[in-house]
Amino acid sequence: MTASLRLRAAILSVALFLAFIGIWHLATRGTGAVATMSPEYARLMGLTATQGKSVMPGPLDVGAKLWEHLKRPFYDNGPNDKGLGIQLGYSIARVGLGYLLAVIVAIPLGFLIGMSSLINKALDPFIQILKPISPLAWMPLALYTIKDSGLSAIFVIFICSVWPMLLNTAFGVAAVRKEWINVARTLEVGTIRRAFSVILPAAAPTILTGMRISIDIAWLVIVAAEMLVGGTGIGYFVWNEWNNLSITNVIIAILLIGFVGMLLDQILARFTHMVTFPE
Amino acid sequence: MSTFDDPFDADRKLSRTGCVCGQHRSAEEHDSAAPSLRCEPAPSEEKRYESVVASAVMREMFPNDIARRAFLKSVGASTALAAISQFFPIKTATEAFADAGAPEKKDLKVGFIPITCATPIIMAAPLGFYAKHGLNVEVVKTAGWAVIRDKTLNKEYDAAHMLAPMPIAISLGLGANAVPFTVPAIENINGQGITLAIKHKDKRDPKDWKGMKFAIPFDYSMHNYLLRYYLAENGLDPDTDVQLRSVPPPEMVANLRAENIDGFLAPDNICQRAIYDGVGFMHMLSKEIWDGHPCCTFAASREFIATSPNSFAALTRAIVDATAYASKAENRKEIAEAIAPANYINAPVTVLEQVLTGTYADGLGGVKTDAKRVDFDPFPWQSFAVWMLTQMKRWGQIKGDVDYKAVAEQVYLATDTAKLMTEMGLTPPATSYKSFSVMGRTFDPTKPEDYVNSFKIRKAS
Repeated sequence: MTASLRLRAAILSVALFLAFIGIWHLATRGTGAVATMSPEYARLMGLTATQGKSVMPGPLDVGAKLWEHLKRPFYDNGPNDKGLGIQLGYSIARVGLGYLLAVIVAIPLGFLIGMSSLINKALDPFIQILKPISPLAWMPLALYTIKDSGLSAIFVIFICSVWPMLLNTAFGVAAVRKEWINVARTLEVGTIRRAFSVILPAAAPTILTGMRISIDIAWLVIVAAEMLVGGTGIGYFVWNEWNNLSITNVIIAILLIGFVGMLLDQILARFTHMVTFPE
Repeated sequence: MSTFDDPFDADRKLSRTGCVCGQHRSAEEHDSAAPSLRCEPAPSEEKRYESVVASAVMREMFPNDIARRAFLKSVGASTALAAISQFFPIKTATEAFADAGAPEKKDLKVGFIPITCATPIIMAAPLGFYAKHGLNVEVVKTAGWAVIRDKTLNKEYDAAHMLAPMPIAISLGLGANAVPFTVPAIENINGQGITLAIKHKDKRDPKDWKGMKFAIPFDYSMHNYLLRYYLAENGLDPDTDVQLRSVPPPEMVANLRAENIDGFLAPDNICQRAIYDGVGFMHMLSKEIWDGHPCCTFAASREFIATSPNSFAALTRAIVDATAYASKAENRKEIAEAIAPANYINAPVTVLEQVLTGTYADGLGGVKTDAKRVDFDPFPWQSFAVWMLTQMKRWGQIKGDVDYKAVAEQVYLATDTAKLMTEMGLTPPATSYKSFSVMGRTFDPTKPEDYVNSFKIRKAS
């Protein structure tokens, strides 16, 4: 039963994909109205103007270009033109660093907030105000104070991934069942040991859910941040190709961003699965 | 006009009496020729330096022009050169001169915005002008004017491509903390345009533009001032009758296609790109508003000059050299190809060629030719800075009294660049102020306040 369900779902997925590609192909195949122009003039104009070619590339254009990129993902033509593999590497490294910093800050702090209702109440107003700020709003301030665009991008990743982790950790820690803590207390377990052998395993699934939300947000934000600061990374690639109005390359970048985002999400999902326990 | 002075020409004066550049017999003659002065590259570096050194030697030996002429006439130029070379090793002196001042810092970063205004900064990398002057420069593409400003202020970049009014604004602390900035060289003159959406092809009279939306690249830009000037001369108040939006150049074409804006006064290749993609047409070149207007500059902080004077000098020499190369029409095709790849401007070669060669499609089915559509002349005229200050005052960006001359002279390094250019064997103009006319209205750099007050349409202060 489940096997047949999976098969049917797969068939439906493929059918949807093919339908999408087909509609895309049909929609971009057509040529628009073309004004008559002298050959001398036409030589100076782009294909959209001379042949009425659609501004949107078709799936075949995108496929061909994608193949071109996949064939040589690590080329380096100087500081402003690097292969997609290198650009993705830069983005992942930035996300990784900012995210790691966020983990280092958010999890201990979340523990503290979850375990002490005094600290919880004291920090609450700050968290409530800082949490809804769009991470990119920090960018000008970061550039101005940190005085380094690479570090600013990492800071923006840090600030956007810290909140979901912090709140989930605090919530997970506070929601550990009172019976378990009471049992630990009866057995005269010390605070440190209680935190590590009772609360941490109990709260781990909630904490990891927060971490998973964070990595998704971090990956969303890095693209925008890199479009702002430029230099390297997949966001810069999108900006650079947008500059050249190359929609084909922008679509390829979109596909790759989605693919890498899915990978990151799956990795965290696997971790979450590992620490989840049946009750 | 040759910039390569021949010190062995009996009819030429070497002393600085009469005319400062030494090419004209009187100051009047020089002034009338000044607007056409261009820096043209000498045959070779060595030859150029040799000439400079020889000039200096001759000047020392014959402080009196009449005596020098008599000497040259009697023995002939080649004999004179040979004779002098015997007891003064001109070749050795030339080498010593060329090596003068090794750069303190060889690996430099220079930021640029991907538009054709940055041509000298960009092309100096692939065509080897930085390397020629002993530098290893990485040119870094940057996302927008605010970012390039911040990255230069942060010292991530040693120097950068900036809009001509930006270093003035930064030095005055407009829109940023006041940091003393300088302009050793202008990048390009002309080279902008007013592009309108195709649907406005019958609305060529600006008086019909009431209510339209226009994009400009930045508040502190020549584009802003030129568009405001053009609209105001046509009776529209740019603050109330139309909407002006600051939009990064790459977004302009997309916005024009989406009909979010009706047109823009933008840097090239953006204008030509809109035409190339069939989205807009060229209403007019910025050259028709003010022929010879500056647009972008090569800018560095005073701190950089103070800490690495030799690097700064080498960098300026490389830029001046590249600018001189770019000013030659026959080099433009080669340059277009060199700066088109994704590492630099990232645009179709045809588009860049149309901008640089001046033979372009106008977007309405015609092919036009204007060899001076964009041109390159590095000399940072201080009168340009004064004009920009008058417009900042006119549109309320600066409030209160302005010491036009002091600011212009602090930011636009005409004297230093003139010295460098002379050392390179080029002939800089004799003065750093010149009068010019914008849409038929003459600007006198000595009376900026009167100029501001002469405009009827301006922001009430």
